Amino acid sequence: MFSNFDFDVIQRSWVYLFRDGMSFTLTLTGLAALSGIVLGTLIAMMRRSKFTLLQKFAAGYVNLIRSLPLVLVIFWFYFLLPYIGQWATGASRPMTVGAFTSALVTFSMFEAAYFSEIMRAGIQAVPSGQTGAAQALGMRYWQVMIYVVLPQAFRSMMPLLLTQTIVLFQDTSLVYVLSITDFLGAASKVAQRDGRLVEMYLFAALVYFVISFVASLAVKQLQRRLAVA
Amino acid sequence: MNYKWNWGILLEMSPEGQGTYLQMLLSGLSWTLITAACAWVLAFTLGLTIGVVRTLPNRFGRLLGDAYVELFRNIPLLVQLFLWYFVIPELVPKHLGDLIKQMPNASVYTAVLGLGLFMSARVAEQVRSGVLSLPKGQKLAATAMGLTTAQTYRYILLPITLRVMLPPMTSEFLNTIKNTSVALTIGLMELTARARSMQEFSFQVFEAFTVATVLYLVTNLVVTFLMRKLERAVAVPGFLGASASPVAH
Repeated sequence: MFSNFDFDVIQRSWVYLFRDGMSFTLTLTGLAALSGIVLGTLIAMMRRSKFTLLQKFAAGYVNLIRSLPLVLVIFWFYFLLPYIGQWATGASRPMTVGAFTSALVTFSMFEAAYFSEIMRAGIQAVPSGQTGAAQALGMRYWQVMIYVVLPQAFRSMMPLLLTQTIVLFQDTSLVYVLSITDFLGAASKVAQRDGRLVEMYLFAALVYFVISFVASLAVKQLQRRLAVA
Repeated sequence: MNYKWNWGILLEMSPEGQGTYLQMLLSGLSWTLITAACAWVLAFTLGLTIGVVRTLPNRFGRLLGDAYVELFRNIPLLVQLFLWYFVIPELVPKHLGDLIKQMPNASVYTAVLGLGLFMSARVAEQVRSGVLSLPKGQKLAATAMGLTTAQTYRYILLPITLRVMLPPMTSEFLNTIKNTSVALTIGLMELTARARSMQEFSFQVFEAFTVATVLYLVTNLVVTFLMRKLERAVAVPGFLGASASPVAH
């Protein structure tokens, strides 16, 4: 079955696949996870705010994003960002937005909705006595959040946040629809150039599997350690 | 924003010759729903079986079930679809491969198969945690009454698990509908793909995506509403899941 396979193609394109492709994928995953978690935390705080308008806005945003397929959201931002850029800078023509920026904004905004649900659960799980005690000590809202509530919420939700980041890592492959050279994009370009679809896609699947699997094992390990502590 | 809005475009004829642009989008929605429904049947059947196997005392079966879930969970859906679409036809004997490649609507079948298997791993995970979340006493009592393992599952564990699982199953079904859009990469003309081609033909990008967005939102609302009704209809009064519990999101 594998007799007429050409595994040499992987060796030949090794540098391109990882230096161009995988570094894009990992950078995008890392940055989008960071900004997604920050945004998500803000959204979670808004949903618990006493201002109804903020509450409604945050809930509406989360529900909207969670109802839409990621592919559609990728297209939305890809076409919308040049106009937003133009509006923000007051330029006379729609701004040119690079592929990386567009992907980063899309994934940050999209994942923020999912991260916010995790952080909301995390914040809710902090006993209300903690907030009460912090307020009794004279702390303001932001102080209570930054010094008391959020550190505990982050700690207890770390496994879920990391699991969601693994999902994000896999989802970044969807930038394929914008013909961006992420890891899958690089593999797909080599596959089409050399006519080696079978080898390249099997190899891509293997690489994604190994990374996600090892990462999820590490998350499980962390979960066990947190459970003991 | 100096974007020229033109909502009238929706009623203009699309160059694909299948009626207006709006009809083109609606036909995309129907393909989304058909593909998602078929994939869901596959995902639910397989997922239920594998999820149950993972809770059985048999170690070998459990190991196999775990391996299945890990395999399908750790490869991106897009890559899985590429494997089914581009790779598998090359790996099977040549005449079979040629037969697959010449099939009409190959992208629909591939999407159903690929999406169904991908989602089945998630369903299996939910089923397993559903069964394991039941109080141990249920199983012990069933065994004490002399029920076999098969009877225990058929009459005691599964009827409760399935009810408890309805809210997470609703989200997984909605995920299946959303994930159908990934199949546009293998040529499935579902809703997002239709919106994309309307944008390419007419350049009215935001009208196309707005209508697609609204259609996805409406689908979501309808599915959620129907599932709530189902939850209430099958609830056992005074028992687990009887309080019309909020959908898990």
